[in-house]
Amino acid sequence: MQMDGGQALIRALELEGVDVMFGLPGGAILPVYDPIIDSSIRHILVRHEQGAGHMAEGFAHATGRPGVAMVTSGPGATNIVTPLCDAHMDSVPLVVITGQVPYAAIGTDAFQECDTTGITQSVTKHNFLVSDAQDIPRTIKEAFHIATTGRPGPVLVDIPKDIVDPGNPRSAMEWTDDVEMDLPGYNPRTDVDPAAIRAAAEMIRAAERPVLYVGGGVLKARAAEALRRLAEMTGIHVVTTLMARGAFPDSHELCLGMPGMHGNFTAVTAMQEADLLIALGARFDDRVTGRIDGFAPGAKIIHVDIDAAELGKVRRPDVAIQGDCRVAIEALAEVFAADGAGDTDRDAWRSRISGWQERFPLYYEPSQPGDSLKPQFVIERLRDATPDDTIVASGVGQHQMWASQYWCFDHPYTWVNSGGLGTMGFCIPAAIGAKVGCPDKMVWAVDGDGCFQMTAQELVTATVENIPIKVALLNNSYLGMVRQWQEMFYDERYSEVFLSKDVPDYKAWAEAMGCVGMRVDSPEDVDAAIAKANEIDDRPVVIDFRVSASEKVYPMVPSGASNSDLVVPPSQQDLPR
Amino acid sequence: MAGKFHVPDYRYHTLVVKVENKSGVLARLAALFSRRGFNIESLAVAPTDDARFSRITVVVDLESAPLEQIIKQLDKLVNVVEIRELHPGHAVERELMIVTVEAGPDRRDELVEHLDRAGGKVLSVGTDSMMLSLVGPPKRVDDFEELLHPYGIIELQRTGRVALANLDEAD
Repeated sequence: MQMDGGQALIRALELEGVDVMFGLPGGAILPVYDPIIDSSIRHILVRHEQGAGHMAEGFAHATGRPGVAMVTSGPGATNIVTPLCDAHMDSVPLVVITGQVPYAAIGTDAFQECDTTGITQSVTKHNFLVSDAQDIPRTIKEAFHIATTGRPGPVLVDIPKDIVDPGNPRSAMEWTDDVEMDLPGYNPRTDVDPAAIRAAAEMIRAAERPVLYVGGGVLKARAAEALRRLAEMTGIHVVTTLMARGAFPDSHELCLGMPGMHGNFTAVTAMQEADLLIALGARFDDRVTGRIDGFAPGAKIIHVDIDAAELGKVRRPDVAIQGDCRVAIEALAEVFAADGAGDTDRDAWRSRISGWQERFPLYYEPSQPGDSLKPQFVIERLRDATPDDTIVASGVGQHQMWASQYWCFDHPYTWVNSGGLGTMGFCIPAAIGAKVGCPDKMVWAVDGDGCFQMTAQELVTATVENIPIKVALLNNSYLGMVRQWQEMFYDERYSEVFLSKDVPDYKAWAEAMGCVGMRVDSPEDVDAAIAKANEIDDRPVVIDFRVSASEKVYPMVPSGASNSDLVVPPSQQDLPR
Repeated sequence: MAGKFHVPDYRYHTLVVKVENKSGVLARLAALFSRRGFNIESLAVAPTDDARFSRITVVVDLESAPLEQIIKQLDKLVNVVEIRELHPGHAVERELMIVTVEAGPDRRDELVEHLDRAGGKVLSVGTDSMMLSLVGPPKRVDDFEELLHPYGIIELQRTGRVALANLDEAD
């Protein structure tokens, strides 16, 4: 069938099962926007290309399906570099289509030209510059295959205008339904080495102080169920990293919560004191390990990862298992189901863990009558007033850490955040993308005022496109996490962290964007505002919670310190560890 | 890719990387080295007998990163089809040097004698200079270059090494 390249591109996306995409048109991508009118794909028109990228990420986080974004050349492409990098760091499957100047004009510094594939090389899993209309269907197929298999990640496809413009003979192509991928260098491995599984099982049976160190890879591998079975049949405690919150239920008795720089005391300390860490889809990130040579000094390591380059990158494993986390977890469970999980006595370890849990729970000083609102209190009230499977998105900073600490994540794919790159401004568009992917679930965006001001304009998109997310703005008038570091490590010299107490007027701003806006100043008004927000389902809601600026995120491992030197809240500082 | 890793007892290791013959592939490889802080000692690129692929022979500095990590990161590049690691003791390595040396009539015989011993060729002779070429193992090329210094090197160009595994060790 004769087609032009633009029609072929949209057809190829439809064949990949794409039913929604996020984007913003412009000169170079214009011809591809025409066939969208006749397509079954829902296109969500964003207000800034960064929003399109983060929406696609939020969509992918919540659904497990690849997020798709389409933008124009030059500034459109550069504006989506941050989401690409974010997705690359957090292994989020994305396919991003960028317009490009006509093929013959590449390299001439044409209007809105930039070297998109050059710029995005190091922030994508792979990228393509398509030179021929006939190659479009194959390239799209390859892009989705690469984005979603192996270690997932973002793939960019750069499309010169002439090969999609029906007015140009170079756009003519012959459509065929069966195109073969041609990726001789791409062979992701998913199966696991049985010998390594047996060695790991032996090590697990013998361990006296084992901990399952669960990373985002478990969610990517859709392995939450398998993990639960493994944990229960072995009785081994689980920590879930920032990228894995929800991979194991927080309310489960074996769950120790989040480890790392702002992890809870028990999770951090159990890893430090462990004799075996079973790392599943985790990459020994510096925010988890603290000073690496002081991390879990007595622990042997079993490391399961689909990316061979992660095995031994940071910490040399005693048993390395390359492959899909779910396959590996199920294989381990099979071994234990057949031959038992061993009978090593772990009573002493369990009692140490419960001792830490009793002495060092997450804690903040509750506000006294007349005190200002505490951000942790807002999260707790929100958690208790929303359905169990509510999706929570966050930006980056104090509010993100409080949300990850004080929320109770009992379901996978309910936590959407920017971990590796730490992208302020992620929250609002990511929440929108999650809501688009899961329209029947309640989606709350827990954001900070610094982050909110970076991408809040996408609430206009949410209103216009009828995507009713809810925003809990923890507004302390500061870049709170930076303020915390300046307080603790720079002698309280606050440099460029105060935003403003008065502007913007968030309630009025929200209303101007078509949302319901509310403002809450005191603890007594929190519940009523949340209840009102939960009732509204025909437009976005923003609640401006005016919270105390002096609250700090505890516990904390100071940057460069060992996890053994975790700083606990003042009321716990004299307790025996 | 290489399934086992030699104990890196040499500072420099040679990797022979078969890549898809597509535009931008060399840039991807170079960008990866720069991004991950791996140092390249030398690099040679040429097409293979199969037009779809090129071969990049890259000598890596193992003081900058462990060999295993370099190979694994390279292997993640979608356009990289195969990586062979050549242990310096188990490979045939060659490098080409072309050099113009100061050589008046009185010094030419002596220079040609050195050249013959090294197995090189005279490419052309000028009034006060000669242009020579030498193909050989990198060490021999190094030694010959050293030997030329007293004569006065006017211009010198080396290709970087190319390598293949010894016949009995090829897989």
